[in-house]
Amino acid sequence: MLKIDNLHANIGEKEILKGLNLEVKAGEVHAIMGPNGAGKSTLSSVLAGRSDYDVTAGTVDFRGKNLLDLSPEDRAREGVFMAFQYPIEIPGVSTTNFLKTAVNEVRKYKGQEPLDAISFLNMMKEKMKLVQIDQALLSRSLNEGFSGGEKKRNEVFQMAMLDPKLAILDETDSGLDIDALRIVANGVNSLKSKDNAFIVVTHYQRLLDYIIPDYVHVLFNGRIVKSGTKELALELEEKGYDWIKEEVALG
Amino acid sequence: MTLDNITQNFKDFGNKNLQIAEQSFHSFSKLGFPTPKNEEWKYTDVSSFVNLDFNWDSASTLTKAQIEAIFIKGLEANNLVFVNGKFKQEFSQILSPSSEVFIQSLDEAVNQNIDLINNYFAKEIDYQNNAFSALNVAFASNGLFIHVPKNTYVQLPIVVYFINDSRTEQVFSQPHNIYVAQEGAEVSISEIFVSEGSQPAFSNHITEISLDRNAKVQYNKVQIETGENYHVGTTQVRQLKDSIFTGTTVTLGGKIVRNNLNILLDDQHCEGNMNGLYLLDNESHVDNHTVADHAKPNSVSNELYKGILSGHSTGVFNGKIFVRQDAQKTQAYQSNKNILLSDTASMNTKPQLEIWADDVKCSHGATSGQLDEQALFYLRARGIGEATAKAMLVMAFAKDVVEKIQLEPLRHHLMDLIETKLQQS
Ligand SMILES: Nc1ncnc2c1ncn2[C@@H]1O[C@H](COP(=O)(O)OP(=O)(O)OP(=O)(O)O)[C@@H](O)[C@H]1O
Ligand SMILES: [Mg+2]
Repeated sequence: MLKIDNLHANIGEKEILKGLNLEVKAGEVHAIMGPNGAGKSTLSSVLAGRSDYDVTAGTVDFRGKNLLDLSPEDRAREGVFMAFQYPIEIPGVSTTNFLKTAVNEVRKYKGQEPLDAISFLNMMKEKMKLVQIDQALLSRSLNEGFSGGEKKRNEVFQMAMLDPKLAILDETDSGLDIDALRIVANGVNSLKSKDNAFIVVTHYQRLLDYIIPDYVHVLFNGRIVKSGTKELALELEEKGYDWIKEEVALG
Repeated sequence: MTLDNITQNFKDFGNKNLQIAEQSFHSFSKLGFPTPKNEEWKYTDVSSFVNLDFNWDSASTLTKAQIEAIFIKGLEANNLVFVNGKFKQEFSQILSPSSEVFIQSLDEAVNQNIDLINNYFAKEIDYQNNAFSALNVAFASNGLFIHVPKNTYVQLPIVVYFINDSRTEQVFSQPHNIYVAQEGAEVSISEIFVSEGSQPAFSNHITEISLDRNAKVQYNKVQIETGENYHVGTTQVRQLKDSIFTGTTVTLGGKIVRNNLNILLDDQHCEGNMNGLYLLDNESHVDNHTVADHAKPNSVSNELYKGILSGHSTGVFNGKIFVRQDAQKTQAYQSNKNILLSDTASMNTKPQLEIWADDVKCSHGATSGQLDEQALFYLRARGIGEATAKAMLVMAFAKDVVEKIQLEPLRHHLMDLIETKLQQS
């Protein structure tokens, strides 16, 4: 589904991704861990198409297409979804109206008819149940005045509405209480299928008790320096990152 | 318009019944039209249009059906219609009973109620210094006189359409309106400026609004002219104790527009609200000058003006707040926010606070910038195309001001117009 090969990306003059490789197949869940500032959000943003980053080398193939050639909206329409680490507030745009526009623009891209008001509402209701988000929240302006946890939940709700092929969750678990964490994880698990894939960026092994990853990667200094299975996450939880840094230093 | 032909016109059409007219004409002759050397007109150059050869008495062939097509859909209101500056009884419809509101054309009112008119006419208008005001006052005969008696609530809104029909010639119109809300009266009055035709048209407009104690007036000025329209207007408001005035000025069209909105808070516990929205494209130029003049203690003024500029358009916002020595415990707030959608659009904002009292709360703020890139990315990352995403953000920005208008059909109409305009630019 996704094949990242030797990806280099800069912000300004500063190189942040330094030759990153990653392959994700349909049906898989990949966890990416790594110390602060390693480049996890940068990777997520580059995949989503944020223009602040310059890709200086490497390729990203997404379901046979060169992802880096596509505009952010076309990436989303092709099925890439990134849940933001820090979702911003957009005053004056209601979540409902925003999602209706988004869902219908994606449908249009796929050559489907727009959803009528009733089908859309039904879909909303169904997905609201999935992530247990309140109607009152959705009639407000997008994320405006939402608590940290509510914003994260709203990201997962948007993911459920857009039903992506590849979802990248950038620290969606941070700031969630235990119940919310479980709800969000259940949401992800019920959306999981053999046709889609998830990249879950997290600092905490805790999340991986709920969303069982097929692979765990360590991103450090702009590259994936170690990959393993879910046991790696336990090891990181126990030992921290120093031993990884040492391994890297030794080459 | 040369002074010679204005003088000739004054002999023909000048208002002989109002003593002030003569004085005002002399004042105009002395002043002449302002140039950018005049501090008040520094950023707005009127020389391109004041010298055009306008017809002062232009006829129109607009039919009743054509006029009704202009009316805001779904808005049940007292509709008053002016075409090329002249009141058109035959197109107008007053639904409210005369016990609720008295509505008369200004020339009729001058003929029948001169004493009443003299109480209000040009009382606060600065025709000594403002040439456009002087010109208007000298000729004032067209306009509306609206009088709401004591403790009366006018149920239906009043909507005044000022239509310039420049399909066959260059039109000049000079409405002068007087709206009076007596003690405890409550009324909503909207002025909608519309145009037909592509030749130049120029409105030199004055509205005077008087709020007695405890009166509430909602006033909307909506400029949706298309084509080569020029507009210079002054809305002059005087408030007495416990009154609430809310004025919302929405400018979606016009080539060169200058709006003055001056509120005199002439008593205690008044609330004066000024909201504005301007959406400019191409070469259009819109200049909003506002004054909140706090003459007495304990009053509040709130001001929010927002602008969206694209193309080569230019905007001006000048917001004056005066707090007189007497006016302790004044609260005055002002904010002007602009989004520049192109590199070639520009905005000039100047807050001007003059405060002589020491115990006051005043604040002002101004921002001008591009659309929020992060917000744009967020929307696009969900599959929304760039143009649509931009439009959504601009609509959200504009909605803030449009929502201050209490007439729902007018709000919808404006949001639709804004959406259409955004799609075009
Ligand atoms: N606008 C910017 N200008 C300069 N450096 C930046 C900018 N944005 C990010 N960086 C730097 O890029 C590096 C990677 O940041 P990134 O956000 O990708 O880290 P992360 O792995 O997601 O960290 P965290 O775990 O704290 O979320 C950091 O050193 C950060 O300071
Ligand atoms: Mg991060």
